Amino acid sequence: MTEISNAFEMRGISKRFPGVLANDRVDFACRVGEVHALLGENGAGKSTLMNVLAGLYRPEAGEILVRGKNVTFRSPQDAIAHGIGMVHQHFMLVPSHSVAENMVLGLNRPRFFLNLTHVEEQVTALGKQYGLFVNPRAKIRELSVGEQQRVEVLKMLFRGAKVLILDEPTAVLTPQEVESLFNTLREMIRIGHTIVFISHKLDEVVAIADRVTVMRRGKVTAASVPAKGTTKAQLAKLMVGREILFQVEKKKAQPGEATLSVENLCADNDRGLPALRELSLDVRAGEILGIAGVAGNGQRELAEVLTGLRRATSGKIVFGDLPLGPKTRWQDLGRQLAHIPEDRAAVGSVPGLSIAENLVLKSFNRPPIAAGWSINKVEMRKNAIQLVDEYQISTPSVDTPVRMLSGGNLQKVILARETSGHPKLMVAMHPTRGLDVGATEAVHNILIKQRDEGAAILLISEDLDELLSLSDRLAVVFEGHLIGEMQTKAADIHTIGLMMAGTKVDA
Amino acid sequence: MKRFFASHRLRIETRLDNPGWLGAASSILGVVLALIVGGVVLKAAGASDPIATYQAILKEAFGTFADWKAGFSALLNHQACPKGMLCFGPLSDTLVKTSPILLTTLACIVAFRMKLWNIGADGQMFFGAWAATAVAVFILPKTTDRPVMLAAMALAGILAGALYGAIPGFLKAKLNINEIITTLMMNYIAYKWLEFFVVVGPWSIGDFESTGNFPASATWPRLTQYVKSIPAFAGLTAHPGIFLGIAAAILLAWILYRSRWGYQIRVIGENPKAARYAGINLGRNIILVMALSGALAGLAGMNEVAALRILSGRFQRGYGFTGVIVAWLARLNPIAAILVSFLFGGLLVGTKLIQPQGIASMLQGVILFVVVGTELLFRYRVRVEKVDHSILPSSGESHDS
Repeated sequence: MTEISNAFEMRGISKRFPGVLANDRVDFACRVGEVHALLGENGAGKSTLMNVLAGLYRPEAGEILVRGKNVTFRSPQDAIAHGIGMVHQHFMLVPSHSVAENMVLGLNRPRFFLNLTHVEEQVTALGKQYGLFVNPRAKIRELSVGEQQRVEVLKMLFRGAKVLILDEPTAVLTPQEVESLFNTLREMIRIGHTIVFISHKLDEVVAIADRVTVMRRGKVTAASVPAKGTTKAQLAKLMVGREILFQVEKKKAQPGEATLSVENLCADNDRGLPALRELSLDVRAGEILGIAGVAGNGQRELAEVLTGLRRATSGKIVFGDLPLGPKTRWQDLGRQLAHIPEDRAAVGSVPGLSIAENLVLKSFNRPPIAAGWSINKVEMRKNAIQLVDEYQISTPSVDTPVRMLSGGNLQKVILARETSGHPKLMVAMHPTRGLDVGATEAVHNILIKQRDEGAAILLISEDLDELLSLSDRLAVVFEGHLIGEMQTKAADIHTIGLMMAGTKVDA
Repeated sequence: MKRFFASHRLRIETRLDNPGWLGAASSILGVVLALIVGGVVLKAAGASDPIATYQAILKEAFGTFADWKAGFSALLNHQACPKGMLCFGPLSDTLVKTSPILLTTLACIVAFRMKLWNIGADGQMFFGAWAATAVAVFILPKTTDRPVMLAAMALAGILAGALYGAIPGFLKAKLNINEIITTLMMNYIAYKWLEFFVVVGPWSIGDFESTGNFPASATWPRLTQYVKSIPAFAGLTAHPGIFLGIAAAILLAWILYRSRWGYQIRVIGENPKAARYAGINLGRNIILVMALSGALAGLAGMNEVAALRILSGRFQRGYGFTGVIVAWLARLNPIAAILVSFLFGGLLVGTKLIQPQGIASMLQGVILFVVVGTELLFRYRVRVEKVDHSILPSSGESHDS
């Protein structure tokens, strides 16, 4: 029997994608007025299940009950009509339109005349009620990522959502913004809303959720466990299916001379606006310097300037004893300089070419791969077979196009290519973004190994946990320059959060 | 039938694999669909029996088994082809058409591999023809040895085509000017350039609107020239140009799949951002690839004038566009291009006598349309599957789990 206190109930949901059973007869239910965390690794089927609930996917089997009544959703409109709304990881907003205009986008009412002033008033009222402050007249593109998320939440409330699904909402936020989001969520459940909180971050789940459901490989491994009294370690074990180490095992760093020193570096972004403003830093051999910061504060431009993909407008870069500048032939630096780009599919690899071909992207012009005008295919395959084995890339063959690989395996291909040449300097940007726990661990171990072999590593990441566990030193970037720097041992997350928001703190 | 539709539905899903047979299958599907559409048009145009028309085209293009048998027996018995039989005539005509198609196709393939949409192979071919003619008729003396003369003409054609192709390449690389527009427009410049020289201008002899016949040393030898020793060769115009095309195809395959340059071309074509990341010089490669593309088309021009033995105002347009279609049909594979060019040569020869005259172009157009359309099959798979009524609330069964 269905209890009426359930805001919704999903029974026996199965959803198949080509080659994967994303949801395998999943049961999931939420009570009215609770924050229910849906926990699992990437690919566990959390987002799929919630996309079914939000009307985006139609399941092959199973049924959905909303407040005890059987329903079928053919579109997100159907779901929202039953009070279920979802805030996606990638925002669904029109950047050139105002907040208020985005509110009414896709709504059937009003039919003819749009009274935007009325909408603006409603948005302001809702914002006041829930602590979601945004200027309803601001254009979306003028807003920060955190503000845009507020708009998404407001959009759902505006449409009358009683059940709000948040897909990894904290991935893009500073610690302070996370706290403010959590306050909003608490206010919402007080009024009687229901929240489904999708995450793979255990700390947050423990902090905000009333109950937790854990998924692994399309199945529920723990249903509606009370969050109180459950430890992170227990949850992690349910999520991964084995014990995991939260602290990356690493020896004390043995930093040597500065491999890279950057002085007063300036560069523009793609729109020609200054992105780096007088940024200075040193990375020494055998250490990992972590760069924390909210996305869009010059991280991408820094990585690109250091790897020759973008021109600096002024400043000095010295690599070893070699000054780098507009006259440098970056290709000649060859494999001394490794680069793990932010976007592994769009920049770091050639999707249609095979693993073997992708592995020689940086070395095809040098013997033994190069043989006169041609490429030595025997050497190329030999290289690939060796690296696939060494870096444990799981693939049917080295001739498989990398397009077919999972994110983790693709990242291993890139790391294998970049680190097998024993680089002196490595610029790694978001090296584990979107990877599951197992692959993340593998990537971390590769980075630590490179450090121990004497590479200088600049690690740019938005994942504070990753930065804290991997880096030896930590710097915070804000509006194109470093606002603070500290030994990781001495770092505390609150100070870092303040710095990420632009407050200068004496660490 | 009705019940089938009620209980089944078509699903289009993203494809995760790309089996090798898919390319060939969709090319064949393209040709078959084009033939069906063409049959409908032929019927509408008044043909009583489209299938008979296709048979006539086939006979005209390749001959029949009886023709080939007669040809072989004539060859073995040292006789001329018997009266009433076509023998190897159709094949010979088709081979003559194959070589320019193959060379312009290769020109398109190399450019398309880098996602450079060179639709100016026609103009580059015209320039190659022009330069080869200049060498043959106006620069080298008539008495030059044939191999030297032909080699010089080929070199001139290659250089002229390469230069003419490199111009849009340069504009693309340095100023990011869309190569589709420039190459297309430069076709017309090339047409008029040639027209100026041979119709109204300095190369025109009398009122013939042509250069007059080339010296013998500047022409491809034809099979029919050896009719005295081999009577079965009578009237066959086949020439060694086809070997030039096949050699170019093999060379291009080596460049694309084996050479360092080809590796760079494929990396750029698949993902220019990754190419930049790997330190590959995009601009230089754009110019070089456009030059190679133009060089192959220019060689087609040289091959054509050496076969025609004259450059006239009626020098045929359109090979460059046929090359676009054949390149897609061959899935940008230089070796497959040899076979597809041969079939297209047959299409051109076989439809010469068919009314209405546009039938060959129409079939080409429909084939391209369908082949490009079947790209859908590469990205998605289409499945017919049974509808599971259990998701509908009315008949919702409970699943125990």
